[in-house]
Amino acid sequence: METTAAKSASFWASKKRQETIVNIFLYILAWVGAIIFLVPLIWMIVASLKTNTDVFLITLPIPPHWENYVKAWAPEGLGETFTTYSLNTIFITVVAIIGVLFSSTLVAYGFARFKFPGRDVLFLIMISTMMVPAQVTMIPTFVLFKYLGWLDSFKPLLVPTFFGGGAFNIFLIRQFFMTIPYELDDAAKIDGCNFFQILYIILLPLVKPALATVAIFSFVYNWNDFMNPLIYINSSSKYTLALGLQTFTTMYGSNYSSMMAASTIVLLPILAVFFFGQRYFIEGVATSGLKG
Amino acid sequence: MADKVLKAKMKMSTHEALWGYTFITPWILGMIFFVGGPIIASFVLAFFDWDLISPAKFVGLKNFAFMFTRDPRFLKSLWNTIYFTIFSVPLGIVGSVIVALLMNQKWKTVRGLRTIYYLPSVTAGVASSIIWMMIFNPDFGLINSGLALLGIQGPKWLSSELWAKPAFIIMSLWGVGGNMIIYLAGLQGIPRQLYEAAEIDGAGMWDKFKFITIPMLTPIIFFNLILSIVGSFQVFTQAYVMTGGQGSPADSTLFYVLYLYQVAFKFHKMGYAAALALILFVIILVCTMLQFRFAGGWVHYEGELKK
Repeated sequence: METTAAKSASFWASKKRQETIVNIFLYILAWVGAIIFLVPLIWMIVASLKTNTDVFLITLPIPPHWENYVKAWAPEGLGETFTTYSLNTIFITVVAIIGVLFSSTLVAYGFARFKFPGRDVLFLIMISTMMVPAQVTMIPTFVLFKYLGWLDSFKPLLVPTFFGGGAFNIFLIRQFFMTIPYELDDAAKIDGCNFFQILYIILLPLVKPALATVAIFSFVYNWNDFMNPLIYINSSSKYTLALGLQTFTTMYGSNYSSMMAASTIVLLPILAVFFFGQRYFIEGVATSGLKG
Repeated sequence: MADKVLKAKMKMSTHEALWGYTFITPWILGMIFFVGGPIIASFVLAFFDWDLISPAKFVGLKNFAFMFTRDPRFLKSLWNTIYFTIFSVPLGIVGSVIVALLMNQKWKTVRGLRTIYYLPSVTAGVASSIIWMMIFNPDFGLINSGLALLGIQGPKWLSSELWAKPAFIIMSLWGVGGNMIIYLAGLQGIPRQLYEAAEIDGAGMWDKFKFITIPMLTPIIFFNLILSIVGSFQVFTQAYVMTGGQGSPADSTLFYVLYLYQVAFKFHKMGYAAALALILFVIILVCTMLQFRFAGGWVHYEGELKK
């Protein structure tokens, strides 16, 4: 015969009960964390619509000062507007994506579908370049571009993308290629396809998710890239959004609402691409980052 | 046409091999011109003095001697970077794993949560640095205002020698979502039977975590650790934007790559910069090799390494 105390003790102690409590706690924790993570971005948008005097107060941006965006887009004293920066950045990003997609698919195809002496060693070397910090090659590469006369142009940012497009991208696409049964290649060969046709007609359409992932990651990388444009671009007419934004802060450093407006302008395309292409970010990283 | 002729004249395997090499040619060229070549060039350039205008002067080991004996900024920048790495990498990994565990629960809203946690890592760069500059503002920023509500006087963060680096570390934690996805995928790859078997043996939540989840995650943690360390040694954009390229205050945020940048592009000492780059390479190489060496002690493989 159980006493009430014993009954309620066993009620709370039951495993199911414990697990439910923990579950609820974790749920709350996850949401609290999520809100904390969102605060900086929300703050950015809210602050961008306020006047500079209330920018730090915990008030709502009512009325919203949209003119901050207009002023940020064409700042006085800067010589260029965000139109210039945007066009430059769009150009660089689009060409870089093309370069990366073009060359990484070729290279991944070579590693995935062909047997040749040294293949595995070369592949290993490729993977290990992911562990080499970019700065190690930065100085000689800069010198190389200087001698080619490519300084102050977009070429140093774009040309390397056509030469492999990055170990991560090659790796990702190769993994996807390897999931496609060889029979498809064989059937195509029997039908008289050459290797290029196999790649472009048979294989690529089947790895579209991987291509989307590569494109999206390239987009984010090139859109946000600061160090490379900083090193290679001098004329402000060729500045990218990242460079333009940084210059903006050196001139308008204390005008927080303008800075937030400018930052929002730069981030908006990324946020948009992210929301529409979320799937490709998350699944792409998942497929590649595993057992290595 | 030529291909058909070639095919007839040689073995299938040679034919295949030639085509294989052809397809990876872009990468081979890229390696020669943009990776391997530069690494070798760095190695050579490190023994010269060069300002890009006058001819390069061979100086032997002078750059390295200077670096280690008479350049306080070298040691400072190295220390700053190591400090940053020691804190941001472990905290980042622990944070990413925790968030991944949370995102692995079976809640209806988990997809939205994943998006929210991943979002910040996509904004990395100048814009995010600016936002955080505001957040760390000593007088009105979010953090100090919040602390003030609790009656605590917040430090001067980016203006304080002591608190500037912690500010960068905190900022780096905003990006845990980036690695979270990797761990999430890893968690989802753990076979359910393991957990079920453990439950039959009477394992509780904590036991399952300790004896199944963690060991199964160790290979991923291992590679993530290597790449994270390499990444954190390359800290540049945030430091440049948030300190105007100076590494202020008093060089406390002069991270290694920021210093390298200054040496090369502000002081125009290409040889010395190459020497710095080389040291960075060696450090990372040694770090990575050490990690591989000690991997056996804690990384758990399921027994099958696909090859």
